[in-house]
Amino acid sequence: IDYTGTEPSSPCNKCLNVSWDSTPPCTCTINFTLEHSFESNVFMYYGLSNFYQNHRRYVKSRDDSQLNGDNSSLLNPSKECEPYRTNEDKPIAPCGAIANSMFNDTLELYRIDNDTRIPITLIKKGIAWWTDKNVKFRNPTGDGNNLTALFQGTTKPVNWPKPVYMLDSEPDNNGFINEDFIVWMRTAALPTFRKLYRLIERKNNLQPTLQAGKYSLDIAYNYPVHSFDGRKRMILSTISWMGGKNPFLGIAYITVGSICFFLGVVLLIIHHKYGNRNTSADIPN
Amino acid sequence: MGYGTAAAASPAPWAGPGPGLQRDGARPAGGGLGSPPAHVPSPAVEEEEKASERRRRKKKESKTRLVRSNLLLPEAEAEKSKRTVLASNRLKTTKYTALSFLPKNLFEQFHRLANVYFVFIALLNFVPAVNAFQPELALAPVLFILAVTAIKDLWEDYSRYRSDKEINHMECLVYSRNEKKYISRYWKEVKVGDFVQLRCNEIIPADILLLSSSDPDGLCHIETANLDGETNLKQRQVVRRFLELDSEFDPLKFTSVIECEKPNNDLSRFRGYIVHKSGKKDGLFKENLLLRGCTIRNTEEVAGIVIYAGHETKALLNNNGPRYKRSKLERQMNADVLWCVLILLIMCLFSAIGHGLWVWQYGEKKKPIFDVPGPDGKYLSPVLASVYLFLTVIIVFQVMIPISLYVSIEIVKICQVYFIHQDKDLYDEETDSQLQCRALNITEDLGQVQFIFSDKTGTLTENKMVFRRCTVSGIEYSHDDNAKRLAMYQEPDSEEDEAAPKGGTLSQRDSICSHQSIKVIHRSQSTKTHRRTGSRAEAKRASILSKHTAFSSPMEKDITPDPSLLEKVNECAKHLEVMRSHEQPLSHLSPELCDIFDFFIALTICNTVVVTAPNQPRQKVRDRFELKSPVKTIEDFIRRFTPSRLTSGSNSSSSSSLATSKSMHRFGLSVLSSTSTDSTLLKLEEKLAYSAQMNNNGYNSQQDRTAVGSGPEEGELRYEAESPDEAALVYAARAYNCSLVGRLSDQVSVELPHLGTLSFEVLHTLGFDSVRKRMSVVVRHPLTDEINVYTKGADSVVMDLLLPCSSDDPRGKHQKKIQSKTQNYLNLYAVDGLRTLCIAKRVLSKEEYACWLKSHLEAESCIENREELLFQSALRIEKNLHLLGATGIEDRLQDGVPETIANLRKAGLQVWVLTGDKQETAVNIAYACKLLDHDEEIITLNAESPETCAVLLEQCLQCVESKFSNNTIDEATGNMTVGFTPLYPPSSPVLSSLGLVIDGRTLAYALEPTLEDKFLALAKRCRSVLCCRSTPLQKSMVVKLVRDKLKAMTLAIGDGANDVSMIQVADVGVGISGQEGMQAVMASDFAVPRFRHLEKLLLVHGHWCYSRLANMVLYFFYKNAMFVALLFWYQFYCGFSGSSMVDQWYLIFFNLLFSSLPQLITGVLDKDVPAEVLIAVPQLYKSGQNMEEYQPHMFWMNMIDAMYQSLVCFFIPYFTYYDSEVDIFSWGTPITTIALFTIILHLAIETKTWTFLHWSSCIFSILLFFFVALVYNASCPVCHPPSNPYWTMERLMGDPMFYFTCIISPVVALLPRFLYRVLQGTLFPTQLQLGRQLSKLSPEIRTQLLTKLNVKETIRQTQPFADSFSPSLGSNAGDCCKAYNQSTPLPTSPQTSESLFQEHTKAEHTTDQTVAASPQGAVLYGENKLPSSASSLERSMGFHEVRHGTSEMESLPVGATFPWSSSVDQADFGLLRWITSTPLFSRIGTVLQVSSSSLQNETRDSMCVLGSSLHVDFKGLKEQSSNNLQDKMKGTPADHCKSDNSETTFL
Repeated sequence: IDYTGTEPSSPCNKCLNVSWDSTPPCTCTINFTLEHSFESNVFMYYGLSNFYQNHRRYVKSRDDSQLNGDNSSLLNPSKECEPYRTNEDKPIAPCGAIANSMFNDTLELYRIDNDTRIPITLIKKGIAWWTDKNVKFRNPTGDGNNLTALFQGTTKPVNWPKPVYMLDSEPDNNGFINEDFIVWMRTAALPTFRKLYRLIERKNNLQPTLQAGKYSLDIAYNYPVHSFDGRKRMILSTISWMGGKNPFLGIAYITVGSICFFLGVVLLIIHHKYGNRNTSADIPN
Repeated sequence: MGYGTAAAASPAPWAGPGPGLQRDGARPAGGGLGSPPAHVPSPAVEEEEKASERRRRKKKESKTRLVRSNLLLPEAEAEKSKRTVLASNRLKTTKYTALSFLPKNLFEQFHRLANVYFVFIALLNFVPAVNAFQPELALAPVLFILAVTAIKDLWEDYSRYRSDKEINHMECLVYSRNEKKYISRYWKEVKVGDFVQLRCNEIIPADILLLSSSDPDGLCHIETANLDGETNLKQRQVVRRFLELDSEFDPLKFTSVIECEKPNNDLSRFRGYIVHKSGKKDGLFKENLLLRGCTIRNTEEVAGIVIYAGHETKALLNNNGPRYKRSKLERQMNADVLWCVLILLIMCLFSAIGHGLWVWQYGEKKKPIFDVPGPDGKYLSPVLASVYLFLTVIIVFQVMIPISLYVSIEIVKICQVYFIHQDKDLYDEETDSQLQCRALNITEDLGQVQFIFSDKTGTLTENKMVFRRCTVSGIEYSHDDNAKRLAMYQEPDSEEDEAAPKGGTLSQRDSICSHQSIKVIHRSQSTKTHRRTGSRAEAKRASILSKHTAFSSPMEKDITPDPSLLEKVNECAKHLEVMRSHEQPLSHLSPELCDIFDFFIALTICNTVVVTAPNQPRQKVRDRFELKSPVKTIEDFIRRFTPSRLTSGSNSSSSSSLATSKSMHRFGLSVLSSTSTDSTLLKLEEKLAYSAQMNNNGYNSQQDRTAVGSGPEEGELRYEAESPDEAALVYAARAYNCSLVGRLSDQVSVELPHLGTLSFEVLHTLGFDSVRKRMSVVVRHPLTDEINVYTKGADSVVMDLLLPCSSDDPRGKHQKKIQSKTQNYLNLYAVDGLRTLCIAKRVLSKEEYACWLKSHLEAESCIENREELLFQSALRIEKNLHLLGATGIEDRLQDGVPETIANLRKAGLQVWVLTGDKQETAVNIAYACKLLDHDEEIITLNAESPETCAVLLEQCLQCVESKFSNNTIDEATGNMTVGFTPLYPPSSPVLSSLGLVIDGRTLAYALEPTLEDKFLALAKRCRSVLCCRSTPLQKSMVVKLVRDKLKAMTLAIGDGANDVSMIQVADVGVGISGQEGMQAVMASDFAVPRFRHLEKLLLVHGHWCYSRLANMVLYFFYKNAMFVALLFWYQFYCGFSGSSMVDQWYLIFFNLLFSSLPQLITGVLDKDVPAEVLIAVPQLYKSGQNMEEYQPHMFWMNMIDAMYQSLVCFFIPYFTYYDSEVDIFSWGTPITTIALFTIILHLAIETKTWTFLHWSSCIFSILLFFFVALVYNASCPVCHPPSNPYWTMERLMGDPMFYFTCIISPVVALLPRFLYRVLQGTLFPTQLQLGRQLSKLSPEIRTQLLTKLNVKETIRQTQPFADSFSPSLGSNAGDCCKAYNQSTPLPTSPQTSESLFQEHTKAEHTTDQTVAASPQGAVLYGENKLPSSASSLERSMGFHEVRHGTSEMESLPVGATFPWSSSVDQADFGLLRWITSTPLFSRIGTVLQVSSSSLQNETRDSMCVLGSSLHVDFKGLKEQSSNNLQDKMKGTPADHCKSDNSETTFL
């Protein structure tokens, strides 16, 4: 569901020219209908288009050791992070353009059941790779669990409304190991991409995760994409054993398979017609 | 006439005037450089001395070097003074030291442009604004490449170091000042000025001036095999004055100063003089110098002073490494590398502009969040951004230029060379030598050779000279027995070595036979044993037995004398004996006998043959020690009688006194000679007793005879000559009992029957050179005391120098007759392919001689342009000669030469023979080795002046041109209508009909710039070109001409020094490591033992190397382009920002690690066609000549294919992962994997042979990739920014999508190429593919096919022959055709018949295969083919009428009934076929008329005739076919039996 709001009719149109630090956030609500019910676990993505997360300098602009909880890097981030390395002589944590441009819309999903909005529980854990969460990204170490203290001496990225240690309320999803953050830090390969936002778990075996019906999406619209003709989307999808829904591979296999079969037949014919000539008769020519 | 080549080919740097001449070369004392002060070992004087020396050195530094004894100076000081100036003997060929290795090696490597490029890019990466990778990582591949090269260099250098060390630590005896004797020291400690003592068989450590020798004559023999490969011994002589010293040489007393040239690399020259204490000077010549690397032979001990040491020795100065040649493929490759650069630049430019636009589209204000500003927070302007990006992208795309290409090619070439070395087929057991590759980098050129320039002597022929026949004073002695004996040698090779132990005794018996003149009966027995042994095995054994004897195969040594001549010789000798005993003058002898006598004397002495006995030198040495005192007395004796000898230059005016002194001297020496050869103490004393008597007796040999008579029985004498024909002549003379028993510097002993040993005093030897083409000796005849000049030389030269004889004088008339007769015989010999030599003599009066001597000495003593003056001087004496006779020497063809030439020619190579031989000889050899065919038209160019040459060329060209154009039209039409002959380019039959023979003089004219184009145009059209009488320079000019003007790959092959220039000029130089020394081998890129090895070298190894390398290079380009294109496509999706989805590690190591091994394996091991097939079907070689494996369009095809494949490999993952949560590197890794799969499978498609190594390398590469990826991705969670691919691979491996993409992408990517290969292989197979298929068949079928192929080849060869006749025949055929025009619309033009002919041959083949398949139905098929072929013919011609008949014919089932129910149409077919087949039998053109008339009536028979004739023709039996035809014309036989007959002949 595109909620960029480029069309004037879109409820989010008003938020189109939102800027990073607009407070309070511009909010809008989009209603949509699901034709089919989702039986298994549903993955909720946000998608961005025309967003070149694979730009060379953008990709480089991070400091992995800072993100890994290295204390010295925390206060003295890598040069790669320039110009998002320091702000007002304080090191930025997390530094770099990737972190700086983190997606910060908030999406909430409601099922509209007879005009009542039933909020759907969105699980925000388990959306990042396990290795990322547990190995690659770590909060700085130190005595105590007080993240605020640990991030002492650093400042928030320029575009962020809140510092990194206030991303989430739960301590095991805060700071660098905030999963939204980790997901964002994994830069997308192509300019049109989606990133996992939330999970909707199937409650019980009796009813589908998401029934067919009307839903509404509440958006806290913070993330400006209009300046570069970007698009924002929300995608709900289930995942089979071989990933998300993408018909391409199937089509490709069918096409190639039939081509191969056809060629096989042709070659068989050719072989029968000309092959025996090759084995003996033609050589002296 | 081979003398020219033979002797020119023998480089003979050691030959030249005998030392006897040199003694006169000493300059008068006092002249020149002023006498140096005498050496007194007092410090003060020494100091002064040194100062003056320094002064002098300053003055003369540029010209000369001074050497004095080190013993005179205290050692420390000596060292100090020497070290600064002169090199020590320590050898250091290493390029680097431990310290200098790194900088020096890097410097060397940066000479290669590619390395600079890569380093530049790596450095560019350090610039923050543009860097693409981690800078350290980007350096890795460059460093890797540099390191690999450096390690290779280091290893080479280390092996050099080791060999240096080994050499440096060899020991030799150096005189020590302190211990007053020779002590053992390492070579490296030898310094200039040291005294070195050498024993027999020791290797000389430095260039040493010979000061003393254990040999009483002050001689020393050395073997120079290490320098030039010549195994014969050379004489060296002690410096004159030291020879005279009466006491043993004592280094301490050596006070002289030696002044000589600066070190130079001229092996054959050394000039200088030695200044004695007394102020006297002696000249020094190369005869006094022992060169480093040679071996002392036959001499017990020598001592000398070191003149040049270490790197200044001539041997080392001559030693330059292998040349760097760049192969054609490499040149082409470099061009394509440039194309790659261009593509790279275009890609970069495109990206840069794209990036500029991309940045620009966002404008100044609204910068997107993902566009990261510079460190200073400012955004770059679009232009600047694009400029930066350009550089970045260059870094990213750098792999486009294959960094490892050069290294890989080097590795592959080294491996290829290794495999060539390993080839057992290229090993020659006789010479125990194998192929050597001296140039490592042009192996693939071997696969592309178009022209072969071959020397004749020693290359095509064995260079083992066998005396065949001779003519003396106009009477020919044919030596039939000898010829028979030689013929017998040809057979027995199969008979094996059962007679092995006999080898040793044989020589013994031979010697007895020959020396004792025990008649021919004995000899023939010994020949029989030889015959049984088998010549080659015997030759080998002989060469092993006599390690340092070059030419001793029994075949050369045994000569069966012609009985009549032997009789005459004996008679002559008897006469002489009688006369001598009666003290009659010699002139009473009849002129003929006199001539015979002189002839053999000349044969015996006019050469440079050295005599050695097999059990030397031990025996000789023992004798010498026992004889010490007598020898001294003899020396005294000599000196007493030759007071003027050393200073004769000054008093040569008194010629008479000189003459007497010389004659005196002679006697002494003759005694000496017998001493030094074989006799024992007793005999010598006996002789000494006689010596006084000899003084007053003109004939000394009577006494000697008794003394020496038993000598030779001790062992056979061996003759070692510089050129084999010299040895052959000496052996021939020995067969007539006129044997050379000893040769010293100024005296030759000859043993004659009845006369005993005669000693000729050699006054001068005018050595052979290729300009004069003759050599002469000036001797004093012992019997007559006359001064005789014996000249031996090429007939053309000698004949011109003969004494013009007046026709009125009867004697003169007689002489003239003799001359003309001899000339006739010479021509006859030449026709037989013999090398001819003329022997002539001149009697000089004393006055003449004295006069000449004076001028000659002047010439000799002159340092400046001495060579030229000597030449002039030689011309003066070699004139007014009296012709004695001529000899014919056979030089046998090497094994397999005709076959090799035929095969090479089939392979599309043009073989030119450039020889110094006479035209007739050359032509005959050419016929013998199938270079020329008898049915070939031969154009002979012999012109006297440039003008005539021009005219001649013009005429020939026109003639050829007309024929050529005529034929091309024929060919063109033939091809158009038929579209046949993939194996035979249409031009080849046209070329093959001509042979061009050109002689040296005309060649010189033809090579002038104005004419060379015409000459070339003519030569190009000829199948073979033969240049006779050409000088080495001309040879190289011809090669150069062809190479430059025709832009063809040339290969020159030769064995002698006269081929060196040619070998160097050619693209590929091949040396034959044969008999005539190593010069050719030194200059060559490859050295083969025999000519026939060239076939395998070119056809198999050349082809393989070429196709492997070509494929590898193409694959390299493809691989890199494909990989880079992947990145390029990605630029479209990352805003042209230069980012890459492939992790930089993969990016950088992809080429180096993951994909390099399989291609190396393929490059080294792939065999597109197996060796047997390549040999059996030489035509396959043409693919290399035409550069079929690597053509420009193939490069572009590969590029396009690479683009396509990369598109597939990019977009399948793209669409698969489009709009998904995939991140860059978990998207890029599958792409890398896919690319790897694709690339390796691509290689698999291109690989032709699969071995275990291929499989394992491919699998290994893939496993390696996964292994590296897994380890790398698991290694470190925070390292490797920016990609930080932690756990990516592991995660991907758990994703089924990954596998699905990895399977489908390579399939799609490779489908087109696979399809192309399959279709092309099935529908339009190339010859190579056919050849490959051939190899897969069972052996029987293969041989069957091959024979068929060869048969067809013969037909094919008859075709051009027919072509040449077609114009004449055309009218004929036309006539006969017209007669039937009413009934049959037959084509009448020769062109049609031509095309019909082709059709016909084709039809024949198809039919014949069927015939082979089912013999029973053969007849039926045989008939059936007619309609089918005719139908195709008719289709092309469009004769409707005929088609009707054909369809009728075709409807008949194959084996059902005879298609004989003859309609008129069928008769016409028969006729048609008949006429088409006529060009084949062009010789029976007359039969045509008869047959055609009878045909009308007997169509049925003619059909049958046709069938049979075709088959018979298949066997190439033209005569038989015509017979059959005529039989058939009578209409008698039943066609069944005839057909059966034909079938059997075919099968």
